Amino acid sequence: MEMVRRYLRPEQLRELSLVLLLVVTVVFFGTQVEGFLSGRTFVRITTSVAIIAIVAIGETLVILTRNYDLSVGSIVGFTAYFVGTQLVNDNAIAPLTAVALAIGVGGMMGLLNGVLVSYGRVPSIIVTLGTLAIYRTMLVNYSDARTVLTRDLPDWLLDLPRANIFKIGDLDFRLAVGVALVLVIIFQLIITYLPFGRRLYAIGSNPEAAHIAGFRTQRIILTAYVVCGMLSGFAGFMFLARFGNITVVAGQGMELSAIAAVVVGGVNVFGGSGTVVGALLGAFMVNTLEQSLIRWLQISEFWRDALLGLLILVAVATDALIIKSLRDFWARSGLHTRKETAVLPGQK
Amino acid sequence: MKMTHRFQKLKSWEGLLFAIVLVSIGVNSAQSPAYLRVENVVNLFQLFIERIIVALAMTFVIINGEIDLSVASVMGLACCVLAFLHDQGVPFVAAIFVALAVGVIVGLFNGFWISFLGLPSLAVTLAGLIGYRGVARILVEDQSIGNFPDWFTSLGQKPFLFATPLATLIFFALLVLSFVVLQYSAFGRYVYVIGNNREVARYSGVRVRRVKMLIFVFSSTAATLAGLLLAARLGAVRGSTAEGFELDIITMVLLGGVSVFGGSGSLLGVGLSILVILNLRNGMSLVNITGNTQTGVIGALLILSVLVPNWFQDLRVVYNKRWGSGLPSTSKEEAAI
Repeated sequence: MEMVRRYLRPEQLRELSLVLLLVVTVVFFGTQVEGFLSGRTFVRITTSVAIIAIVAIGETLVILTRNYDLSVGSIVGFTAYFVGTQLVNDNAIAPLTAVALAIGVGGMMGLLNGVLVSYGRVPSIIVTLGTLAIYRTMLVNYSDARTVLTRDLPDWLLDLPRANIFKIGDLDFRLAVGVALVLVIIFQLIITYLPFGRRLYAIGSNPEAAHIAGFRTQRIILTAYVVCGMLSGFAGFMFLARFGNITVVAGQGMELSAIAAVVVGGVNVFGGSGTVVGALLGAFMVNTLEQSLIRWLQISEFWRDALLGLLILVAVATDALIIKSLRDFWARSGLHTRKETAVLPGQK
Repeated sequence: MKMTHRFQKLKSWEGLLFAIVLVSIGVNSAQSPAYLRVENVVNLFQLFIERIIVALAMTFVIINGEIDLSVASVMGLACCVLAFLHDQGVPFVAAIFVALAVGVIVGLFNGFWISFLGLPSLAVTLAGLIGYRGVARILVEDQSIGNFPDWFTSLGQKPFLFATPLATLIFFALLVLSFVVLQYSAFGRYVYVIGNNREVARYSGVRVRRVKMLIFVFSSTAATLAGLLLAARLGAVRGSTAEGFELDIITMVLLGGVSVFGGSGSLLGVGLSILVILNLRNGMSLVNITGNTQTGVIGALLILSVLVPNWFQDLRVVYNKRWGSGLPSTSKEEAAI
């Protein structure tokens, strides 16, 4: 029992139960939807998870610091459209330049968010609700009501979504999925082992204490926003590669899916706890549900949003009530000297 | 001392808003001579009346230190409940009452998670933003439902009393009611006290949970009422009706000088900021700025409405440091980074 307690902390317990829930969902839809357990479904779900997961990594970094980024959907849309237009105008742009452009544009947008939140001391929800509208306006004005069309894009970009890393039987592992997994692993290592990562947790658990301890809170929060913007920019590039046809509504509502993924994945909305791997699991959960409901005949696809809302609420409530008391129990048992409190005085 | 300080700060903010209103009215009437005609003024209000009504309730929510992101979805839900029931052949008046009841239930639902379980209102109402819109979509799917009775649509579109339509009358009635409740009743004081410091309020015997619950019920009910008025004005509704209205609504409240951290702000400021936004939107339309760009401008305004007061505060800190005396800056905003 002590061994269990030492190695299985509430956070891991939560992730484990999410994996179980995911398996149950897949098995359930496997029995309900004809041809669900096929290579095609696998590819469909994994490729759409890849994009959301990358946005969700950035969102995790930001939410760990007890902030939000609602503008990611607009950043994804803007970079997808912007890079698409550049590629249409000049088909000779090298792939790496295009990726760098997407990451750079996204990073700039994240920088603006970060500066306003950390140095302007404007609450993140206000800043990013504003930039959600501003970036989308920029996109609409920039587009001038035109659309990026697949046929104008260079061939290498169109071949990209079908590129495989390897194949097991029916299951194709797409390049995009591989890239997303690598990013998840890198960022999980960063937030677990690097000082920058630990500071994100410190700031999220107690901003004042982190400030008093001498952390440059403003700079760290700024970095989190810039990285989130860069990841969203990269997701924009992948969005472009996957869909080809980009209109002004590209990526609209993606912020909600990303936050849903992060919250369902166990990242605490009060900041200070959660993992990138959890966010990936959350993205899988949200996406599996989305993709399966469309094909399930019992209820219409219009149920998607209602269920998503409920899922978020249940996830938040679980964290606040069950996980918190589990954590207290773990802490009381004395085996853990690190007691992480979720709610702090001063937090409303 | 501290109170007078804050009072002066607020007063200057409201003065600034008032000056902006005057300037924008001046500029707009120079652009178009018809600007100050009664019809145009009525029209101006009509286009945003639903959002303005919800902004009144949102003022209570934000002064209380919470936020309600779900209002636009609740407006959409109200429209869709009404349309769905009407489509199913339920008597229209009954459908209106059911829609209003749904609004109250939604408010109780939000309030339950926030005030009794202590979840952050941001997360709960974000889930609501997605979820209630989802329920609206389940009800009407991708159709557009209209064919409301004539009396209903004419209530929304035609003048009700003299030149003013019903929605505008409801707004002014609600404005007076909200003003009296917020500034002159015990309940109003509780709203401020809880927003200032929830713990202190609780130890002082304020029934924090009940107050918060009431506020969220008020917010959702106002949103439902606004949604019904919107359905009457538009004459037809779809799943996406009122999408994105929360941006305008929250901007109106924060631009009005209500602190996003709770505890301060007034309906006078919100009223003035409503006038600012109406005039600005109308003025931008006069010089042919598209609706999309206007949304971007509102977004920028939202950020500036919090950023500018922060700058003023920084200036005051610098001023106090250099020339002594004065008070230490309130650390509330700083702690929130």
